[in-house]
Amino acid sequence: MEGFDLVPEARPIWRDGDYSHIPFWVYSDAANYEAELRNIYKGPVWNYLCLAAELPGNGDYKATKIGETPVLVVRGEDGVVRGFLNRCAHRGALLCLEPRGSVKRLTCVYHAWSYDLEGNLKNVAFEDGADGRGGMPDDFDKSRHGLRPIIVTEFCGLIFGSFDPKVPDIETYLGPESVRFLKRALGKAPLKLIGRSTQVMHNNWKLYLENVKDVYHATILHLFFTRFRLNRLGHEGGIIVSESGGHHVSYSKMDAERGNQDYASQEIRSTGEGFSLNDPSLLDSIDEWEDGITVQIQSVFPSLVIQVIQNSIAVRQILPTAVDRTDLNWNFVGFEGDSEEMTRTRVKLNNLVGPSGYISLEDGAIGGFVQRAIRGVEEDSGVVRMGGDDVTTVDYRATETSVRGFWKMYRGLMGV
Amino acid sequence: MTSPDPLQAKLLADDLLARYVRCLDDGDLGAWPGFFTDPCIYRVTHRADDRAGYENALIFADSRGMLMDRVNAVENVSVYEPHGYRHIVGASLIEKVDGALIDASTSFLVARIMQDGETSVFATGVYRDRIDISGDEPLFAEKVAVMDSERVDTLLAIPL
Repeated sequence: MEGFDLVPEARPIWRDGDYSHIPFWVYSDAANYEAELRNIYKGPVWNYLCLAAELPGNGDYKATKIGETPVLVVRGEDGVVRGFLNRCAHRGALLCLEPRGSVKRLTCVYHAWSYDLEGNLKNVAFEDGADGRGGMPDDFDKSRHGLRPIIVTEFCGLIFGSFDPKVPDIETYLGPESVRFLKRALGKAPLKLIGRSTQVMHNNWKLYLENVKDVYHATILHLFFTRFRLNRLGHEGGIIVSESGGHHVSYSKMDAERGNQDYASQEIRSTGEGFSLNDPSLLDSIDEWEDGITVQIQSVFPSLVIQVIQNSIAVRQILPTAVDRTDLNWNFVGFEGDSEEMTRTRVKLNNLVGPSGYISLEDGAIGGFVQRAIRGVEEDSGVVRMGGDDVTTVDYRATETSVRGFWKMYRGLMGV
Repeated sequence: MTSPDPLQAKLLADDLLARYVRCLDDGDLGAWPGFFTDPCIYRVTHRADDRAGYENALIFADSRGMLMDRVNAVENVSVYEPHGYRHIVGASLIEKVDGALIDASTSFLVARIMQDGETSVFATGVYRDRIDISGDEPLFAEKVAVMDSERVDTLLAIPL
């Protein structure tokens, strides 16, 4: 076939500034994955950790991860949220074994070293020995063996953490447009968690984050979206890519009339006119946004996705668990003060999303299809050229600009 | 209809569940909504959310129409690798009999069989059912599948 060498180069050169051709080895190379854990997750980024609403009271904690590294987020006796490695300073054992809870002290099960909620080592079992013998030497200084802190910050009810003191403040990191849309989605009132779920995906974490940024696939793979005209590429909307490239917002305004004729000529399965719901109350919604936007999908590099589809709001956390495995943690939210009717509306609309979601279940599988298909032929590259080769904000959506943005930020952090 | 005695209630629940899981495991999804009253409640949730009292569910339906729509989506719209289930259900524990309504709890284990034959434990949990025996045949007025784990491998398309 023209354009294909039977025996391509083992690993072609990835030209500087090329965000349109993605070599497949980045999804499966074990050494590259280890480098990502160091350069990205421990680098100058803000990792989503949890909702402030998950820590309502002093002493409440949540155990999560940055990359594969276990961390704790704790609300202290003073009401301040702090972050630490979830690791005892003594022998390095996990400190909190349960994903969430409420404590007065953080005590290790191994040798009962215990810490206050500010991370200070307060008690060492048998520090003075037993029966007058043994114990810690006189020069052992508890104040030098506290929990290792991480930096945390809160924005719009979301708690982010970073290992890197050089990370910019959160609003600078996000950029003005991401800030504006996060406030739109989550800033109305304190968030209220209404459910969680974890979807285990058999693919590299980047394949999921790219998928979220890929507006091109949304109305093709997810037939449900298109059949019910919830989202079509011709609908009014756009894609905003942050200056860094790493964050994006895609938004659209549902319009039953506009943008339908294009699908018929594309030989895709998505249209299927004539498909209707027996119970259309599934899609009942209440106008709580008042700006006409019906779908907002937003990503914050490297671990957060915010989705607002009418009244369905989810905060999704992407966590790599191995080079070819990723956990997607879904947090379904509403707002404090939601009426019963509003909550029921959100619950019904949430049939669209999550591991069983009519417009999201496919995303649990599609990355695995890529991961399987590239095995052993990682010398080749994928192509991301819809809408050209630029990384720019546009007022249309038949483009892969935000996927290219991801690679801009990724390559900068990784030095590849 | 007079209220069934505990033994009758257990037989009715066990029989309904046996037919219900055979329907799903045979892939006869078109018949699945027929196991429910209309309106009804069908929810798939997990233990942690259930204990926390969270209202969301992985799947939520409150009418037979919504169940039919789920079947239509699973069979004609959603994209996933072909697979099937094998449900193993335990003995039903009759929690309460109130007139023509039987509340039963029944453990389930669902194995997922992929098209290449790979078989794995996909979900375990308990059905909390409210069975309405006032009609010609017993039907689920409410069925809540509470999974033990909040983790779902890949996706949950076919109902539990």
